[in-house]
Amino acid sequence: MENRKVISALVENKPGVLARVAGMFSGRSFNIDSLSVAPTMNPEFSRMTIVTHGNEAIFEQIIKQLRKLINISKVQDLTRGDYVDRELVLIKVKAASIKRAEALRIVEIFRARIVDVAQDNLTIEVTGSQGKIEAILELLSSLGILEVIRTGTVAIPRGRKGLKAGDSGD
Amino acid sequence: MPHIKTSIVFAERNGIKLKISGAQILLRSLKAEGVDTIFGYPGGAVIDIFDTLVKEFSEEFRFILVRHEQAAVHAADGYARATGRPGICLVTSGPGGTNTVTGLATAYMDSIPVIVFTGQVPTPLIGNDAFQEADIVGITRPCTKHNYLVAQTEDLASTIKEAFFIATTGRPGPILVDLPKDVVQNKAQFEYPDKIEVPTYKPNVKAHLPSVKRAAELIRQAERPVIYAGGGVITSGAHKELYKFASMLNFPVTSTLMGLGCFPATHPLFLGMLGMHGTFRANMAIDNADLLLAIGARFDDRVTGRVEEFARDAKIIHIDIDPTSIQKNIVVDVPIVCDAHDGLSRLIEELEAKGRSPKADEKLKEWHSKLTVWRNQQRQRFDRTTEIIKPQFVVEKLYELTKGDAIITTEVGQNQMWAAQYYLFDNPRTFLSSGGLGAMGYGFPAAIGAQVAYPDKIVIDIAGDGSIQMNIQELATVVQYKLPVKIAILNNGYLGMVRQWQERFYDQVYAHTDITVAPDFVKLAEAYGAVGLRATRSSEVENVIKESLKTKGPVIIDFVVDREEGVYPMVPAGAPLKDMILV
Repeated sequence: MENRKVISALVENKPGVLARVAGMFSGRSFNIDSLSVAPTMNPEFSRMTIVTHGNEAIFEQIIKQLRKLINISKVQDLTRGDYVDRELVLIKVKAASIKRAEALRIVEIFRARIVDVAQDNLTIEVTGSQGKIEAILELLSSLGILEVIRTGTVAIPRGRKGLKAGDSGD
Repeated sequence: MPHIKTSIVFAERNGIKLKISGAQILLRSLKAEGVDTIFGYPGGAVIDIFDTLVKEFSEEFRFILVRHEQAAVHAADGYARATGRPGICLVTSGPGGTNTVTGLATAYMDSIPVIVFTGQVPTPLIGNDAFQEADIVGITRPCTKHNYLVAQTEDLASTIKEAFFIATTGRPGPILVDLPKDVVQNKAQFEYPDKIEVPTYKPNVKAHLPSVKRAAELIRQAERPVIYAGGGVITSGAHKELYKFASMLNFPVTSTLMGLGCFPATHPLFLGMLGMHGTFRANMAIDNADLLLAIGARFDDRVTGRVEEFARDAKIIHIDIDPTSIQKNIVVDVPIVCDAHDGLSRLIEELEAKGRSPKADEKLKEWHSKLTVWRNQQRQRFDRTTEIIKPQFVVEKLYELTKGDAIITTEVGQNQMWAAQYYLFDNPRTFLSSGGLGAMGYGFPAAIGAQVAYPDKIVIDIAGDGSIQMNIQELATVVQYKLPVKIAILNNGYLGMVRQWQERFYDQVYAHTDITVAPDFVKLAEAYGAVGLRATRSSEVENVIKESLKTKGPVIIDFVVDREEGVYPMVPAGAPLKDMILV
């Protein structure tokens, strides 16, 4: 995707905060490609990873508008530095007798796992970066994908740079 | 029941913390914030607060009962704009809350500190579709700076403290606090915090000095400078600094609608308003400038016209407290995130230490003569010879007869633009108008707010016959509280601004803009117990204005004006500023 941006936001773990973020995006017609949120080690805060795209001017507005929301503590553009991003995907594929071996081979190549087996289908769990997920989906599509469930991206900066309240790099 | 209060005071003096009700906590907190006026409307969910207000706090607060909750917020907003202090509003749950939405959106767009307290159904009923329940926090999230649902009485005092802090600092804005009925009824110990820390909210007020130095360098070299001042100058109380800054440099000043009054309109350096209905010379100045200094303004589309061609030869310095305003519509050369007061003060220091280059000052003289040529090429004008009343003539007469010393509020549309063009505002906080949202029905309740704040001032709502009918019910309020608000209706029987666009751009098809079917405004005023006056010929205008100013109570003046008069000059929407339609 052109100009894919990954934003990490540290937000107060309070009711309505997700609605404020989502509402800001929809109200200003910004795109959200994925958003994942869960509490941090400190239960008073949650971490949001937001994947979006757009030109630089729009992206600058997104970051500023996020910072303007009262319940948001820190906003970081991870795409400006080195970061690791992962997504977990559950894929249900057709796997009747002949195709089953092929499915298992693909699972092995991608270091994925089988988490459920039925007569004529398999459910595969795979974790990885954007590129890896796209690659396995492409390969599995020849077998016939029945369903894909994705968590959305989570991401963290590489090296010593942190994301916690008080860390530099805001 | 004064004995209740006495016993609380007695207990507190002796170090005993008694528990008091949420209603008492609310009202004592407001007192602690220095609130003396509340605008509002009662209802089931807030009945306890109203009861406590009357039984225990009637000496402390002046309560203004409006006739529609929308008017309560506009009145609180008018109060805030006129005084600089937050406006307070108290309404009930459900429809009481939903009726405040237009008022909140108005205050949000124009950065006005208004705090609205809404009742809510008791916490166990929230989400049950109870009677008069609305998710008002959800509804108002995008039109408030922040909002709260208070979950328990113990949180009330600190929430109110935080609400006032957030409403009045940084870029100010409206806050809504939703109060479930049980939270108001339950008791808790009361302790109002002196200070509050909101770790996730740290507005930046102070200017970044290296940026100030870069800006100063551009200012020293500028040959064709223009100061473009907005509402932020008024909000941060920087009008004196702006005056000093512009006069020491001899720089011309134009202002947005929201900025009117931030620089004296009668001063020779003032170019008038810029933008869609700005003056020819202000817009030509922008178009030809080599330096644009935007202070507390946000490059609204009504100001810039076609963005790509706005001030295209100019370096732009942008001072604004809201980082999201910077680089949003226009790419600027020197952004400075700070309030207008600090930004101007630092720039003055810099330029006092080292002044402008003499060469640039020579060029500045040429620039001033060019500005004079533009002024003479196109002054604002209208036909002064006719007996048909020209709306501009009414505004000019209002200015003359009040000696420019009134607080003017406006509705929205032609009335608003004529008020902006023909009344000259020399002082901040004297022109109150719904700039960003453009909410018809704003002017009359805002005038109520201003009049409550300044009982001895002349407060005039310059209205249209369309807008005034959007909150006409407030005539009862001004009569009840003997507020001598004057309403000057520029009555042309049309929704005039839309009609003007239809005339220019929509083949003269006047789709639903004829509103000739209207009440007799003189009789209507009388029906409410106010005074109604009418002028139908130019020669009567002066006398009815004088008559209204002599009248102690509220007055409606129905000026029957030229039906087809337009607001000019005009830059068509999306056109560059230099493409003005002059008449």
